[in-house]
Amino acid sequence: MAVPRRAWPWLLLLPTGIALGAVAFWPIVEGLRLSLTNTSLITQSADYVGLENYAGLWSDTRFWNAWWHTIWFTFASTLLETLIGLGMALVLYERFPLRGIVRAAMLVPWAMPTVVTSKMFGWLFDGQNGVVNWVLLNLGLIGEKVNWYGDPDTAMTTIIIADVWKTAPFMALLLLTGLQTIPTSLTEAARMDGARGWTVFWHIRLPLLMPTLLISGLFRALDAFRVFDLVYVLTGGGPADSTETLSTLAYKELFSTLEFGYGSTITTAMFLTEAALAAILCLWLVRQIRRVT
Amino acid sequence: MKRLALYAGALLIFLWSASPFIWQFSTSFQLDRALTSGTPTLWPDPWTFEHYRNVFVEKQLHRYVLNSLFVALATTFLCLAIGSLAAFALSRLRVRGRFGILLTILSVSMFPQITLVGPLYIVASALGLLDTFTALVLIYIALVLPLVTWVLYGYLETLPREIDEAARMDGVGPLRLYWSIILPMTLPSLVTTGLLAFITAWNEFLFALAFTSNIDTQTIPIGIANFTNLYYVPWGDIAAASAVVTAPLILLVLFFQRHIIEGLTQGGIKE
Repeated sequence: MAVPRRAWPWLLLLPTGIALGAVAFWPIVEGLRLSLTNTSLITQSADYVGLENYAGLWSDTRFWNAWWHTIWFTFASTLLETLIGLGMALVLYERFPLRGIVRAAMLVPWAMPTVVTSKMFGWLFDGQNGVVNWVLLNLGLIGEKVNWYGDPDTAMTTIIIADVWKTAPFMALLLLTGLQTIPTSLTEAARMDGARGWTVFWHIRLPLLMPTLLISGLFRALDAFRVFDLVYVLTGGGPADSTETLSTLAYKELFSTLEFGYGSTITTAMFLTEAALAAILCLWLVRQIRRVT
Repeated sequence: MKRLALYAGALLIFLWSASPFIWQFSTSFQLDRALTSGTPTLWPDPWTFEHYRNVFVEKQLHRYVLNSLFVALATTFLCLAIGSLAAFALSRLRVRGRFGILLTILSVSMFPQITLVGPLYIVASALGLLDTFTALVLIYIALVLPLVTWVLYGYLETLPREIDEAARMDGVGPLRLYWSIILPMTLPSLVTTGLLAFITAWNEFLFALAFTSNIDTQTIPIGIANFTNLYYVPWGDIAAASAVVTAPLILLVLFFQRHIIEGLTQGGIKE
């Protein structure tokens, strides 16, 4: 064939380049352009308006409301998932009968469509006939039925619980593979020297697991920041906007009001926040990993 | 004492992972009357298949299932084809800026998808691609490609290079090398990544929601999300539909669990 040797790798990378270029990189740039226009699919306008949309965004309370919700969701779910995942991984590391079955069961929440998770938690936490209310009432932990996701005070918590349920076991499996790479000779030597279980964990396992823990946490946080399915299906952002996140707000702006200009302003702001989050977390991560290794 | 705590922990983890779905499964076989009686029971009494009948006869769940199946399978095969070419080039051919390319590909998997949906919607609408499988498959390919490329690349890096170097000595060109030597060796990893691609496409919600508007192209997540009647939420029907679409995934995952965990950690953590 007449393809020069040095051109081959680029030829093979071309399909990937086209796919990612067209579906990921171009939309980001186009979104930035749209955010500087008053594009609306209703009025058919598409004029350049400069930074007007961004000025509007700055004073848009709905945006900041959603921004804080998203940050809170990201922080709370990542923290809980990492801690609970770590606990689960430590249990799973030990040998016990039926361990394979437990480990297999842990993949179920992860593999399930998020829409199904959302509906499932809608039923579990239903204010009228939900089994969670029934259990808590019978245990005497609550005095009356709680309207979990129908009440602005508890709706976000319910969504965080659903997300933690879905992701913590998967996090545990990632951390487990990290734990398994720690040489057992290290922990055994410490035990020989009389170190107790807690000391072994705190001084040997945890520091060695730290890089895995931080990287999994980073990826989880960046993923949690984009939350859409869970919120959209369970509460649609309500009640009273108490669970509105950036993704759901942007979706409504784009596809309910068809304001693609302003909608793109929200998504561009979101992209920038995510990029900043990624940069900060990466820098922090590199420093932490340098410190422990 | 320590063993007791361990067993308790293991039981807790199992209940955490399995009980919500078990309850959903049980719900799908109970009469609405039993579900709203005020005292939930785990064992259906009496058993009913009414919800399954509703879901297939009235809501035509099988049509969503077929749509999803087509979209997910097309995504999987195309993505494996494209991704394995890229992974092969990055791992086995001389590429300048290999690390930069890998990081760029990885960064795509962290883009907020909502940022992509607006511009792509305008293009799809202009090209007449709304309500088509084509649009969904093209987008899903790009969504899954970063993961597929990384996991395959990670796997290729663990394979010995002696075999393909020997082949190259014999004058085998890059395409032959890819097709007859590398691809067969990558088979285990292709199965894992294929499964991940399938699950992602099967579960995807945002783009399907924005790009499809009728049952001819809507996928399962959209079907289930729209399961609300005007006056009440049909929890039994939702549970039945959930069981139908989740059961195959659970079987796949149980069957391939070891490969999935290995594949993901290879691509995501160790690199």
